[in-house]
Amino acid sequence: MNNGRRHTAKAFPWRRSLWIASLLTPALVVMVLFVLWPLLSAFRLAFYEFNGLQPTSFVGFENFRKVLFETPYSDWTYNALKHNIIAFVALMVFENGTAFLLAYALLKALPGHRIHQVIVFLPVVLSAVIVGFLWKLFLHPLFGLVNQTLALVGIGAIPWLGNESTALGSILFTNIWHWLGFPTLVLLAGMQRVGKEVIEAARLDGAGDYVLMTRIIWPLIAPSVTIVTILTFIGSFNWFEIPYVMAGLTGSPGGATDVLGLYFYRTAFGSTTTGIQDFGQGSALAVMMFIIVAGVTAIALRYLRRREIEL
Amino acid sequence: MSAAAGSRDRGELLKNGAIQLMLALNAVIMIYPLFVMVISSFKTNAEIFSSPFAMPSSFSLTNAERVWTETNFVRYLANSVGITTAAVALILLFSTMAAYAIARYQFRLSALVLMFFLSGMTVPLKLAIIPLFIQLDTLGLVDSYAGLVLVYVAMGIPSAVFIMTGFLRTLPRELEESARMDGASEFRIMRSIMLPLARPALVIVAIQNAVPIWNDFFFPLVLITSDDLKTLPQGLTVFVGEFTTDWGVLFTGLTLAALPITLLYIVLSKQFISGITQGAVK
Repeated sequence: MNNGRRHTAKAFPWRRSLWIASLLTPALVVMVLFVLWPLLSAFRLAFYEFNGLQPTSFVGFENFRKVLFETPYSDWTYNALKHNIIAFVALMVFENGTAFLLAYALLKALPGHRIHQVIVFLPVVLSAVIVGFLWKLFLHPLFGLVNQTLALVGIGAIPWLGNESTALGSILFTNIWHWLGFPTLVLLAGMQRVGKEVIEAARLDGAGDYVLMTRIIWPLIAPSVTIVTILTFIGSFNWFEIPYVMAGLTGSPGGATDVLGLYFYRTAFGSTTTGIQDFGQGSALAVMMFIIVAGVTAIALRYLRRREIEL
Repeated sequence: MSAAAGSRDRGELLKNGAIQLMLALNAVIMIYPLFVMVISSFKTNAEIFSSPFAMPSSFSLTNAERVWTETNFVRYLANSVGITTAAVALILLFSTMAAYAIARYQFRLSALVLMFFLSGMTVPLKLAIIPLFIQLDTLGLVDSYAGLVLVYVAMGIPSAVFIMTGFLRTLPRELEESARMDGASEFRIMRSIMLPLARPALVIVAIQNAVPIWNDFFFPLVLITSDDLKTLPQGLTVFVGEFTTDWGVLFTGLTLAALPITLLYIVLSKQFISGITQGAVK
């Protein structure tokens, strides 16, 4: 029995191949069926006209022309795109800026820094749906926690989510509250890798906090900054859940919070208000979002990586 | 000299005090909203509106009872538990099998297979939702547990294969060689010798996948329509629509929905943090 089994692999090469193949098969089948095939189809379907779920005829770039150049679709596209860009810039400045300062403060390892890391990361593990609804209640014009607090210092009720000028900002604030812990701990990990010796040496040379932060830490954590920037960009252009929960499928009020993710979802799966449901245009939007994300990521990686190498 | 050092110490003390103050303020901003959510879940509507900052007059479970009995909350919760468990189990199983083949055997297409899995890491599957929907529709898997689970498994496999391959490669070859000499079958070597050693990596992979699956809203929104199949985040949107004016019940629903993962996080915060930031901190 034992003798028969010994060196099975060498004695029966086909058995070894079969064993390896059976290990690989389940994962490969799932990947081909639910990642590779859908992804390849996504590009193809953008060139078809649809009748419900069925692609009916090849129409070339017609779907792209519509979403980019034909009103009202193009107005919706650019309005949404504008908000994605605003979201990216705002998150870079306010979320990642705050995260950088927090990480620097935590790097000092003052008493309580460990518990602070756990606290700042807590909202990250919660669903965007919970966070979105919670802040929607807090931002309620009359009974919300935010206006009730402001009322204590005599500031009148502000309809945060109902006002075109404050709605996007309020949703961005919620997003920052939700995710702040992520860039904070990624940047902190980057700073910790800089090493105590480097920081001590700079301190002995008389570098204060400002010089240390801008001249030593900032350049040396370039890899972490690259990752955070790219993840923020991908997040901003796939942004969907918090706007959906807080402002609804149409990006209310009046499209002031509409983003590409919402617009794509409305186009592909229909919205109760417009009744439009178009897989062709939806696919064209998805392909464009894919190209934006993949293209900018590739360019940014090259540019940001170069910054890393120079230093 | 010592006077200068003394004043510098004092300056340092002052600065650290300012930093602590800033951190304390930030901790309040992060925690206080969650605290209000929890205490509001014990309040009546009238209490929430008139005294939002006060503690509840009594820790009554009336709201929780209503959530439990008047809504489909328990069903949503059970669905989320089942779907997350099934998806994570299959991700661990399939990825570990594939990673084991890539890491422990030499075969001709090994590099190509690994490349295939790795390229899956960069694919935003949300953007392929239309063909994915059509694909699941042809397979009769729209509006079913299986369809949703398979999508999550497909999404989880690439990075899981990446992590497991990296880990399994570090295990010493002598272990399996000596077992092979003793006549153990390849399956036994994998099952009883190699995999028990891979436990720490399996925990990281499990958490890294369980959290986004448990929290996901987009795929159920597209793929699930029957109320009885809805997951917790998706069910919350139904629930909020039904109880728009009953804030006590709303806060209770949010609190109960946040509770399971928060408790797990408090126990396993280190693993959660490294699982979720894994890939961004390397």
